[in-house]
Amino acid sequence: MAAVQGGMSDADIETDIKTEPSTDGFGNNNANDGRVLSASPGSGSSTGSNKQTAAVTPEDQQTLLAVLQFLKKNKLIESVEILRREAGLPENSLDPKATESAGAGSGGAAGIVDLEGGDVSSLLSRVTGSSSAGAQAPTKAVAEDQPDVRVVLSAYSQQGDPTLYEVYYSDLKKFIETVLDCHRAELSQVFYPLFVHMYLELVYNNHESEAKAFFEKFSGDQECYYEEDLRVLSGLTKKEHMRGNETLLDFRTSKFVLRISRDSYQLLKRHLQERQNNQIWNIIQEHLYIDIFDGMPRSKSQIDAMSGSLAGEAKREANKTKVYYGLLKEPEIELPLDDEDEEAENEEGKPKKKKPKKDSMGSKSKKQDPNAPSQNRIPLPELKDSDKLDKIMYMKEATKRIRLGSDNLPSVCFYTFLNAYQGLTAVDFTDDSSLIAGGFADSTVRVWSVTPKKLRKVKSAADLNLIDKESDDVLERIMDEKTASESKIMYGHSGPVYGISFSPDRNYLLSSSEDGTVRLWSLLTFTCLVAYKGHNYPVWDTQFSPYGYYFVSGGHDRVARLWATDHYQPLRIFSGHLADITCTRFHPNSNYVATGSSDRTIRVWDVLSGNCVRIFTGHKGPIHSLAFSPNGKFLASGATDGRVLLWDIGHGLMMGELKGHTDTIYSLRFSRDGEILASGSMDNTVRLWDVMKAFDDLETDDFTAATGHIHLQDNSQELLLGTYTTKSTPVIHLHFTRRNLLLAAGAFNP
Amino acid sequence: MSERRFAEVSRESVRLMAEGAGVELGDDVAALLAEDVCYRLREATQSSSQFMRHAKRRKLTVEDFNRALRWSNVEAICGYGAQDALPFRSVKEGELFFVEDRDVNLVELALATNIPKGCAETMVRVNVSYLDGKGNLEPQGTVPTAVQSLSDDLLKYYQQITRAILGEDPHLMKVALLDLQSNSKIAALLPYFVYVISGVKSVSHDLEQLNRLMHMVKSLVQNPYLYLGSYVRSLVSSVMYCILEPLAASINPLNDHWTLRDYAALLLSHIFWTHGDLVSGLYHQIVLSLQKVLSDPVRPLCSHYGAVVGLHALGWKAVERVLFPHLPAYWANLQAVLDDYSVSNAQVKADGHKVYGAILVAVERLLKMKALSLSQSAEGHSGAHPGSVVGAASYRVNSPGLSPPPEPLSEAALGIASHLQVGGAGCHWEEWTPVPLPAMYCELYSFFGDSLAVRFSTGPGFGTHSPCTPSQLSNSRKEPPGPASNLDTTRKMPQLTANLNISPRQDGSPRTDPPPPSLSGTGSRSKSSSSCSRQRSAGLSREVFPKARFTSPQTTPPAFSFLIGGRQMGQRCQGRRPFQTMFATTPPVSAVPPRTYAHKLPVIGRVGKPVRRWTCSHYSLHLPL
Repeated sequence: MAAVQGGMSDADIETDIKTEPSTDGFGNNNANDGRVLSASPGSGSSTGSNKQTAAVTPEDQQTLLAVLQFLKKNKLIESVEILRREAGLPENSLDPKATESAGAGSGGAAGIVDLEGGDVSSLLSRVTGSSSAGAQAPTKAVAEDQPDVRVVLSAYSQQGDPTLYEVYYSDLKKFIETVLDCHRAELSQVFYPLFVHMYLELVYNNHESEAKAFFEKFSGDQECYYEEDLRVLSGLTKKEHMRGNETLLDFRTSKFVLRISRDSYQLLKRHLQERQNNQIWNIIQEHLYIDIFDGMPRSKSQIDAMSGSLAGEAKREANKTKVYYGLLKEPEIELPLDDEDEEAENEEGKPKKKKPKKDSMGSKSKKQDPNAPSQNRIPLPELKDSDKLDKIMYMKEATKRIRLGSDNLPSVCFYTFLNAYQGLTAVDFTDDSSLIAGGFADSTVRVWSVTPKKLRKVKSAADLNLIDKESDDVLERIMDEKTASESKIMYGHSGPVYGISFSPDRNYLLSSSEDGTVRLWSLLTFTCLVAYKGHNYPVWDTQFSPYGYYFVSGGHDRVARLWATDHYQPLRIFSGHLADITCTRFHPNSNYVATGSSDRTIRVWDVLSGNCVRIFTGHKGPIHSLAFSPNGKFLASGATDGRVLLWDIGHGLMMGELKGHTDTIYSLRFSRDGEILASGSMDNTVRLWDVMKAFDDLETDDFTAATGHIHLQDNSQELLLGTYTTKSTPVIHLHFTRRNLLLAAGAFNP
Repeated sequence: MSERRFAEVSRESVRLMAEGAGVELGDDVAALLAEDVCYRLREATQSSSQFMRHAKRRKLTVEDFNRALRWSNVEAICGYGAQDALPFRSVKEGELFFVEDRDVNLVELALATNIPKGCAETMVRVNVSYLDGKGNLEPQGTVPTAVQSLSDDLLKYYQQITRAILGEDPHLMKVALLDLQSNSKIAALLPYFVYVISGVKSVSHDLEQLNRLMHMVKSLVQNPYLYLGSYVRSLVSSVMYCILEPLAASINPLNDHWTLRDYAALLLSHIFWTHGDLVSGLYHQIVLSLQKVLSDPVRPLCSHYGAVVGLHALGWKAVERVLFPHLPAYWANLQAVLDDYSVSNAQVKADGHKVYGAILVAVERLLKMKALSLSQSAEGHSGAHPGSVVGAASYRVNSPGLSPPPEPLSEAALGIASHLQVGGAGCHWEEWTPVPLPAMYCELYSFFGDSLAVRFSTGPGFGTHSPCTPSQLSNSRKEPPGPASNLDTTRKMPQLTANLNISPRQDGSPRTDPPPPSLSGTGSRSKSSSSCSRQRSAGLSREVFPKARFTSPQTTPPAFSFLIGGRQMGQRCQGRRPFQTMFATTPPVSAVPPRTYAHKLPVIGRVGKPVRRWTCSHYSLHLPL
């Protein structure tokens, strides 16, 4: 939907195709993950790949200029302005008559234009400096798509004999079926991208009947996890339809990435050259990115574990960046000893308190974790007195925490939303489990207190004037007792609320909605404070940073944004996903953000630089839930396919696969010690998994970190510790209290 | 493509659409368009599924589709947001299928003050499960096939409750009903309770049990935590059974099945008012089946009685639409019954008088409300000044006889014709035009003679409703919030009071209220009182199971029973009281104007005879209230 706004005639496109073949690589701007040169073989492909990979700046500059020219020709003055400003091109680079010298505001749109190495100290202040550029970012994303489409499609303009397509394809198929078994699985990977591109070429060149026949003949051969995409594809039989089709654009704007061993690749190349099968060879050169590795070809199961995403696997280089996954050092807070029961607790409480921390977080108490980012890598808000109090509370609670394990499973408490016919769409608990918030399809946000303490508003300004501000209990006095109630409703959104998140200090609540805004609500006045506008499309998810102040949001515009509560514009824009961003999560050290998407990949982004540092592929359906382990080392993801995948962030590897759910997994949560993973699903169950065992088992295997070719054991049944069935209530949210009691929430579905 | 992968829009459809818009399309154009339409539809469906997924639902709604359309810059399609499936209708000649497109009267919708609301406030309830940390593998409350697969606790609860309600101990029953009415955790048991209630057919010989089942219905309906959903239909059918069916229990004239019918009718209107919006077209269905029974001469009189009471409970508009037009035809039958003085016919004749009385009450309410509504609209619109708005609104809310809620009514008015066409039942709706009040009065007078005239012309509600409105208002203000009303007092309460007003008979006629002042001036006072008591005793003849009848209202929260008492005063002068005094008017034949049917009237006074011996129980009945 984001793609084409229409308005251009066909003639324009045709001319565009003729005049601008050089802008081919432009679409790849989207994938700003390391564009490293592949070891792709020569023979004709060199020009194409060189352009991709050689000097980024001059080539990109050229591309941009070409695009600018095109925009200008079509009188899209505004887009020209915006694009030029974004790219930091001087105005006269295009139009000598222009006098104004541009090029200043290049710092703003961090993600879209490659921006390496952000300045630490300027992260907070940057937005104010380059606000104008930031404001344009969303517009640009839209405007950019327009030239994109035709540029992308133009690649299909080359004509071939449509009747030969079937011959080419079946010839290749025959070849791959006859090669040695060890190569067959690897080479079979090319079937799907080839099939799609050949089909699209046929459609683009108006060979409708041939395209249909081609589809009929070969669609059955494709892997079952591509079924969804094939369904979209099969509906697409007209050139006119191609322009508005997102899936198609996604497929075209990024090269499909395959990992093939060198031996297998040589085989394929030799075959194609012998047969003079140029049609296929061209497609491989232009639309596929083959990541060649030396060593043993992978087995079918290894390949299947990693494939399934919209654009193939992640390039190995994409996951090589160092990620500081360690936790930040907690500030030293001495426990006050004045209170009586606290003293009593301290006698035996103190040693205990240290102990669980050591176990869970890996001896991070005094020494700086070598894997942790430096304390001020990104500026974090200073601790307020109230935060310190909360920390103390947390530590006290932590001493009473129950160690969970395979033989000691948590009790589960289920919060059922009754009469939620307005459609419960999102739930969040505060960290101390005192409040619960629900987002509803009728645009409301409701907050309940689940403790006896009622929700109260702050008094009106006039009444506040009368209060003795010096008194000790001033915080209590400002509350209006008359407004006390068990729940509050907050109105403001104009569409279903899809994401909701409490701030760590419990003073704020974030909600993201279909109306394209993220709203910040005050839980003192129960009013809306800010509406963050930036996503012009539905915002599917949002989450506060564990340290507050920052938050991340992601939505239908395929872009995740990092915000600070006191800036009305995003600080970072994380762009690279090929489809909607469905869920967003902050790393426990607040330096990274993970996003899950409908393109069936998970990306981890560096908050500091805005770069994508990890791409995880392997899910076969849109990803709807993510969870970081408390020690920051692992990531769990759940998707519509009902599978939970575990990832090692440091190595960028898949760690395990947990099969058991039969429907979309909407919620994942690690226990406070990180020993147990709880997953909640549409299939009305909560399942508990022994993730410690999963991690240990894998590490004892021969760990091929270098290649990343892991052998996954099919041991889901051993890892499954318990299945908890609800009373026909889909599980939307899970939360471990500070003492490791599991809370679950969902709306009763009669 | 030989194989059809998708639903397709045929080119014929496209051409028909185009014709509808006044455009002639060529074959090839239509084919192209059809293909494009299919593609766009698929595209929109695809993106709408995303909205479904993020709303964490499994069911794609119209809303989702509209959102997808809106985000792709296409206008949303309105009018398909109903909860129930929209019925496709076919036109045989054209082989056309289309979704019914009713007009909605926006004015009525906008002015609606009491849109019925079927669901209570959203709330969060917590239950600690799985304390042992061991998982459970059985599905919990997922509407399992057999009772056995419920969790032990629920199963036990279910057994205890049903045993208590259907058992002997009235106190236990009270407690059980009260719990059923306030328990928040029994949603999983709803199907079972509904099933139990649907057992009315098997106990039609046992009035007591029927009564208890009806009370069970009431408790379920009043439980604020229960979402009845489509079970409303099942409940309604059980209630309708009690209203309309010639129960086995009614063979014995000593059995007071009349009260059961009254109570069930009351319940029906309550369900309709509080949960009517859960099932679209419920109003039509109810009215239709009532009408069917009424127009079926083969049915016994008690069924007809049920139909009349049911219509009365649904409001005066239902009476106006169904009963009134049908009256001339029905009157002939009734008259035949009443004319037959043979001994063998005595029982049937007594039943006939019941029907006669019910009809009289219904049409009197009709006349009064119609007059009232006319005078109200004549008074300048209710929106003129706030005071009158409140008055009118609350009056409307308080008196169910005035009109059903605007929304269902407009639906009824506009949609019913087609329903009837489809069903092939009845014909009044189509040619129905509101009969002006005087004509209506004349016609009714021709049936009822002076028994109607007295009440109508001098009744307090006629023309000016001012005397009763203040009392109603104060009543509604005084109402203490019932236990259930912490949720939505303003909406839930009126519905409660509404049903209570309908049938004063339910709480026993033998109340010795001072006669309303307006009536005191009417003649034949002495006679009226004597026959009044006779009629009371006649009424008592039905109270074969006084306990069952009277204890049950008591089981409901105190606020509820308080209402009965409180409301009675204001209501008495408009409601059943005339019905009772009607027997007082037994004027000598000569005094009756020589109207068509008026000479039948004297007979009515004598009906009380066989039941006079029940008078003794009169006072005991009086006590519980």
